[in-house]
Formats: sequence, structure tokens, C-alpha cells
Amino acid sequence: MSNLLLALVATPFLAAVLLPVATKYFQWSAKVFAIASALITLVLALIIAASFDRSSSSLTQFDFKVTWIDVFGISFHIGVTGIGLVLVLLTAVLTPIVLWADFHTALKRPVLYSSLILLLAGSANLIFLARDLFLFYVFFEAMLIPVFFLIGIYGGVNRSKAAIKFLMYGLAGGLIMLAAIVALTLIATAQLQRSTFDIATLSQSISLTQTQELWLFLGFFIAFAIKAPMVPLHTWLADTAEQATPGTSTMLIGVLDKIGTFGMIALVLPLFPNVSAQLAPWIIALAVVSIIYGAILAIGQKDMRRLFAYTSISHFGFIVMGIFAFTTVGIAGATLYMVAHGLSTAALFLVAGHLIKQRETSLIADYGGLTKVAPVMAGLFLMAALSALALPGMAGFVAEFMVLTGAYQRYQGAAIVATLGIILAAIYMLWLYQRVFTGPENEKSNLVKDLTSKEVMPLVPIFALLILFGFWPQPVLSTIEKSVDNVMQQVNSVDPAPLFAVENEEQN
Amino acid sequence: MRIPTPVIEYSLILPMLIVFTAAVISVGLEAFLPQRQRRQWQVSLTLAALVLALVSLIFTANTYTRSLAIEGTIAFDGPGVFLQFVILLSSILATMIMAENKVDPAGDAFSPRASAVAGSEDEALVTKLRLVQTEVWPLMLFSVSGMLLFVTANDFLVLFVGLEVMSLPLYLLAAMARRRRLLSQEAALKYFILGAFASAILLFGIALTYTYTGEMNFGAISTGISANNNAAGLLTVAVALVAVGLLFKVGAVPFHQWVPDVYTGSATVVTAFMASAVKVAAIGGLLRVFFVAYGGYAWDWRPMFWAVAILTMLVGSIVALSQIDVKRMLAYSSVANGGFILIGFASTSRAGTAAILFYLLTYSLATIGAFALVSLVRDPAGEANNITRWKGLGKKSPLVAGLFGFYLLSFAGIPLTSGFVAKFTIFVAAVSGGALPLVLVGVVASVIAAFFYVRIIILMFFSDPEPNGPVVVVPSLLTSGAIAFTSVASAVLGVFPQWVIDYVSSISVFLR
Repeated sequence: MSNLLLALVATPFLAAVLLPVATKYFQWSAKVFAIASALITLVLALIIAASFDRSSSSLTQFDFKVTWIDVFGISFHIGVTGIGLVLVLLTAVLTPIVLWADFHTALKRPVLYSSLILLLAGSANLIFLARDLFLFYVFFEAMLIPVFFLIGIYGGVNRSKAAIKFLMYGLAGGLIMLAAIVALTLIATAQLQRSTFDIATLSQSISLTQTQELWLFLGFFIAFAIKAPMVPLHTWLADTAEQATPGTSTMLIGVLDKIGTFGMIALVLPLFPNVSAQLAPWIIALAVVSIIYGAILAIGQKDMRRLFAYTSISHFGFIVMGIFAFTTVGIAGATLYMVAHGLSTAALFLVAGHLIKQRETSLIADYGGLTKVAPVMAGLFLMAALSALALPGMAGFVAEFMVLTGAYQRYQGAAIVATLGIILAAIYMLWLYQRVFTGPENEKSNLVKDLTSKEVMPLVPIFALLILFGFWPQPVLSTIEKSVDNVMQQVNSVDPAPLFAVENEEQN
Repeated sequence: MRIPTPVIEYSLILPMLIVFTAAVISVGLEAFLPQRQRRQWQVSLTLAALVLALVSLIFTANTYTRSLAIEGTIAFDGPGVFLQFVILLSSILATMIMAENKVDPAGDAFSPRASAVAGSEDEALVTKLRLVQTEVWPLMLFSVSGMLLFVTANDFLVLFVGLEVMSLPLYLLAAMARRRRLLSQEAALKYFILGAFASAILLFGIALTYTYTGEMNFGAISTGISANNNAAGLLTVAVALVAVGLLFKVGAVPFHQWVPDVYTGSATVVTAFMASAVKVAAIGGLLRVFFVAYGGYAWDWRPMFWAVAILTMLVGSIVALSQIDVKRMLAYSSVANGGFILIGFASTSRAGTAAILFYLLTYSLATIGAFALVSLVRDPAGEANNITRWKGLGKKSPLVAGLFGFYLLSFAGIPLTSGFVAKFTIFVAAVSGGALPLVLVGVVASVIAAFFYVRIIILMFFSDPEPNGPVVVVPSLLTSGAIAFTSVASAVLGVFPQWVIDYVSSISVFLR
């Protein structure tokens, strides 16, 4: 089984490297090759998900470990946690869809584009599976490069500025984290008499003083708060989303930014449980600020893609709130939120992408009354918008409800304020829909062509999953259940009073 | 009366002897061969001698145990052998790109007669006759032999001899660029005057050290320092002067002013040699002097190294931001990288030495590759070094731009490149030596540095090419071979660094 895991990790990288060769020397279709390799990854991920033991409370499963740099105790160690598995599946689902959808937008250099997307997906998989801190860091930083090129080569007019802003934010965060990692392993070396980067060992056998833990926590948290943009480190996201192609934005916000929140669950909480608990009120406060501020900014946007970016900042606020609520429901809800948000972001960006591609503008004021000329597009956009504003029956609703319930158990005030975010979400999404699709027709609205069945096809799985998880989130929740319990144990946290159970089982 | 003859372990200094002998033969070739035949002979001799030296070094290192040689003046120890290996390897690669004569339509990269007044009829004539400058090869060989001596010298006199043998040919090499003669001559003059000044300061420091300890040998100086507690002021001045002399060669701030001018004025292929082999030698010498001779005095000199390292990283990175010339930018990048290497001096432990050795290997390989690529982007007047001229290079020549981008990412320390692993090992060593603040400055400097490396990538890949932009010349097998080697080596060292790291960790003990 661990070999299967290795295959899952290796497939996107191999495909990315072989793609230029296959298209150049064997005249294979880049589209078929890229999508096929992404589908193979998806199948592998599904097989792993099927054989994943959901009742086992062991920290990881299917571990694969080989020594990498012995002197520093670094190993290539990957293993599946429930939360990691869910995010790997999200990546595996989104990759072929993005490749498929973007091929319809007639890219300039499709081979390079597919390679970069595959590299991005492969790196994301490794990060979600890494059980070695060095391995995590290497791909955490390395994956900035494919995204940098995706923005810079395929983006809009101001792509260079957006690309460099994205990269500098990412690098700055990463290097701060690097300093923290180096310091952490040094402390570990002093205590264990050997150098190690093993995440489990670092979280279990190291005791940190209050000061040490505080500084190391900050080093990690800042890096992750940049990646899953939290106010005040969020400014790069809107610029990037405005310039990037819809596919890039989907991968960026849907998958890559999840690494930030995943890092908080998988690294920050287990490694620095005490400081995390102490600072949780502050972080919750910051999360609430992100929720409200992001939503208000979203309402004020004139550009659709910037609007989507700000809604994501608001949504990341919810995820972070769920994580730092330190309740089972909160963390489980945050994980489900990551999945739901990944899917709804993909839906929004891909549907809007077709529109923006046709008219070459993403300004909201340039559109109006599109329901008449493009009813299919309007319908799909409405569905995506409804899932983003967490309408009951959509995955987002379950997740948001769980996060708010989880947060309410400890931070009533914060949870109540955060519910304002839901109302604001309704405003920014429905008002956007109203301005773009209803009302009087814009003079050029007639030029917009409706989506063809070819263009709708890639979107079908996204909407299917959004609705499926809206009514039946159990597949996700049962996968992450034990993983969430492990996190709760690692932070020595017990749910205050069970107001709401994840499942109707007994918690042991 | 019998005069005792020194014992000379010829087997241990064989690599040095090979290069020295070849240098002497090379001078002879210059005198006896007719002009037309010199180039091929000189190039073959240089390459053969360096390769032979490298092979004999590997053989010697595997056969003989590490020991001091020639009455304790030469240290045949782990770091010494490794530094010699890196110097020989980078010299071979530098020779390969220096021998290139397909890139410049006028011939190779060197002025046919460096003594001719720039722009004079004399110069035009020798260019028209297609005369070829071959004096660079003996100079190159002498310089390399000086470096080999410099990094294994275990005695201040030998160190100084090595330094001068290494430096004097470099001053001349700097003056020999074919294009932009005035800049080249200016570079040589600056390098020579400042270099001579630094040598004098170094010599003064050596003299004061001798005054304090009565010894020239590093091991004896080390013992002398621990035995003697008086007049520490004298020793402090001595150490400071030696540090100034050696940090000048390294190009550390505030002794770096020559670096941008010399790197820009010299022929790019010579710059590649300076930024790799010479830098390795300079750091290697500094390493041995401070870890062995002054090792017992580390508490007193370490704060100075902290200050120099911080200044070097920050000044190198910040000033590089405003550069518009690729070579000048790489020069400041070289300064900044010197600063990162100096972080390793914060820990005199084995880890520090190992990290520095690894850094030197990766940096010298990447820097040769980068400069070799710079020499290929040309317009009719010579190399197109202005950054804005590189616009859209990624579209015109994806391979060259891609490789150059790879090196830039490596200099910026992006993971999965050799530059990242090197920085990482240095940071780990420094933190274990208690230098967390240095590492934090290093992190800040890395972010600043990344900005200007990335700016070039943006120009190359995200902008459209200009209609009359520079062209990428297809070089001969020599240059492409060198670039291929450095690229593959850099990539492998980025992903699978474990073997080299294990090796340098196992050999990082100085003999004294």
C-alpha cells in the first residue's frame, strides 16, 4: 500500500517531466496526456481512500520512509492522515478538471501550462502527505515556482507585478518558517541527542519553554497565515487572482492556499499545543476580522475576480476559526470547509472564467442581463454563488454550520459576530449575480455565447460533489474523524460540552 | 657541519606539483612554439594538467592517510583536499569556457595584445590579423597552483607565497578582455592596487602575529596563543589585520568595492573563474587561518565575523537591487553569497566547516554555469549585459533562459536547488553555534536577494522580446559541456545532496 502512495506522489511529477518529451517527439496530444495522468492520480487516490482504515486511531497509515540526508536526520517520509487524505482527494479531483477546463480557453503554450499544473498538484500531494518537516518545507517553498510561472506567463496585463508579489509574500513567509524549523530541530537535537525532522517525534518527545514555543509558533503561523491569507497578510491574493487564469486561480485558492490551514492543523497545533491554546483567542479574533473585513471588501469590489479573492479571505477566516476553536466539531468542520471551499471556488472561477474569456473584462459594470443570452451560464453561476454563500443543501452550509457550532462552544461572542459573515456573503454573492446576470441588458451582452456542453462537462463533477456533501457529508467526516481526534489529543483538548456530535457514534 | 634537508612528501603534494610543472612548461611553449600553434597546445596542456592533477588528487586522497607535509607547512587534511578538489574542478570548467572561440566572431574572449592602447591602430591591426592571446594559459595555471598552495598552507609564509602566486596572474587576467578594453584595464589596475594594499596589510598582521607568538606555523601559533595571556591587544590587532587582508580576497563588506568593477571589467569567462575558484580559495584560506591558527582566540574574533557577515549579506543584497548590468548584479550576488558563507564562521565546530565546504562546492558550480550563460547572450558590440536587453529571452531561447533561471533560483535558495541545501546547512550549523540572530539576518537578506533574482526571471519569461534584441550564440562543445556539467551537478546536489553532505561532514577536521 505504501508503494501505491509513492505512485500517487510520483505520477504528477513524472507526467510533468514526460509531457514535453511525449508531445515533442511522439506527437501525443498534450491534453490527453495531461488529463490521463491526472486521472491516474485520481484513481490512485481513490484506491488509497478505499483502503484507508477509518476506524484506526493510528496517527498515519501506509507510511513510506527512506533516509534522505542522514547527517541531519532527514528522511523522505510520507504517510496518510485522514485530513491529509481528504485534501489529497480534493487536489486529485480538481487537477483533471482544471486541465480539462483550461484547454477550452485556447492557451498559448498548453504543454508548459499542463506541466506546471501537474508540478503544482504533485507538490501539493507531497505536502499533504509529508511526515518529515524538511520534506514539508521543501515542497512548501518549491511549489511557489510553478505558480509563479503560471501567473507570470499566462496571466493578464499586470501579471509580472502580481507574480512577483505572490512570490515575495510566499518566500518571506517560507523563510521565516525555515528559521523556525532550524531552531526547532536544534532544540530537538539537544534534547534527543540526535538530529531529527520527524513530525511525530518533534511533536511528542520535545519539551519547549514558553518563550521558545512562542517564537517558533509565530515563525510557523505567519508562514501559514500568508498562505491561507488572513488579514493583515492578505493583500497579495486579490492582485494574484485578478491576473491569473481561472485554472490557476482554482488551483491557487482551491488547493495551494489550503496548505496554510492544513499546516495549522497538521503542524502548528501538534508542535506548539500550549502556545496555540494560549493565543487561540487572539487568533480567533483575527479570524473574525478576516471574515468580516474580507466580506466587506468583497462587497465593494468592482472586479469579479478580486471579489472572489476577498470572499476567500472571508472563508479562510471561518476555517481558521474552526481550527483554533479547539473542538472536535470545529476542526472537523474546518476540514470539511476546506473541501467545500475548494470546490465552490473552482466552480466560481471556472464559470466566471468562460465569461471573462469571451469579453476580456472582469469588471462587473461591463455586464448585465446575461440570463437571457446565456441561461446555462447564469444557472451554473447561481449555483456556484449559492454554494459559496453556504446555502443549506450545499457542502458549504454543513461546514459553516459545524465551524460556527464548534466555535460557539468556546467563543460565543466570536461565533455570533462571525455569523454576520453569512449575511454579508449573501449580499456580495447575490448582488454580484444581480448585477451581472439580471437587470437591463448591457449593450454588448448579446455577444456573450452560452456555455456549450463541452464546457459544462468539466463542471459537472464539482457541482455533484458540492450537492452530495451538502446532503451527505459522511464520506468526508468519517475519513477525518480519527485524525481530528488525534489532533485533539495532541493539543490535550477536550470538548467543553457536546452540543453537537460529528456522528451518532459514541466518542471514546 | 651537516645542514639538515627538509623532508618533502612528494606524493602528498603531487597535484600541486603537476600544475606548477605544467605552468612552467606552458611558459616554455609560449617562448618556443610558433604563434599559430600556441593556442591548441596551450589549451590542451592546461586542460590535461588540470585533469591529471584532479585525478592524482583523488588517487592521493584515497591512498595516503591525512597528515602534515613538508615540515608541517602543508596540511594534507580533509578540508584541504576537498578545497583543492573544488578548485581543480572549477578551474577545469573555467578553462573549458575560457577556451571557447566560437562565440565571439573576432576570436576568443581575450584581447590579442593587452598592451595595445585601447582603440588604437595597433589594436585594430592585431585584431585584423586574428592574432591570438595565449599568455592567459600560463597565467591561469600559475594562479591555480597558487590557489592549491593557499588552501593547504599551514604556515603563514607559505600562505603568503600562495596568495601572491594566485593573485598576480589574476591582476593580468583581469586586464585581458577583448571587448570594452578601458573597463578591463581599469578593473585590472583597481584590482592590483587594492590587492597589493591588502597584501601589505595581511603581511603586517602576519608580522604582528609572529611578534606575539614567535611562530609562523598555524599549529604552533595556536599553541602559542593559548599559552600566552599577556599583551592580548597586540594579538587583537594582528588578527584584525590578517582578517582585513584575507576578507579583501573574499570580497566581504567593507572590503568589497573592487568586486563589482573587476567582475564587470574582466572578460566574462575570467569573471567565472574569479567568482568560483578564486572565491573558494579565498574562503578556504580564511577558514584555515581562523579555525586553526586563531582557533583558540575565537571568542574575540567571532563578533567581528558577525558584523562582517551581517554587513556583507545586507549590503550585497540591497545594492544588487539597483543594478542594471547582469555581470554587476552577479558580482553583488557573489558578495552577498560570501556573506552567507561567513555565517558558517559563527560555529567553529565541524558542522560549520562542513557547511562552508558544501556551500563552496555548490556555489562555484552554479556561478560558473551562470557566467558561462551570460557570455552567450550577445549583440554586435559584444555581450549584451544590460538587463533590459534580456527581455523576452525565454521566448527566443528557452534553454539558455531556463538554465539561467535555474541558477538564479539556486542563488535565491529556492528548495530543490543546490543553493537551498547549501543555505540550509549553513543555517543549521550557525544556529547550533548559537548564531540565531545571524540566521535571521540571513533570512531577511535572502528575501531581498530573491527579489532581484526574480526580477530577471520576470524580464526573461514574462516580457515580450524586443525586435533588435540580443541573440544567443550557440557555443562549441567546450562551453556547452561545462554548462551541461554544472547544470546537472547543481540539480543533483539540490535533490540528492546526502552523499556530498555525508562526505564533507566526515572530513571536516583540520590537522594542526
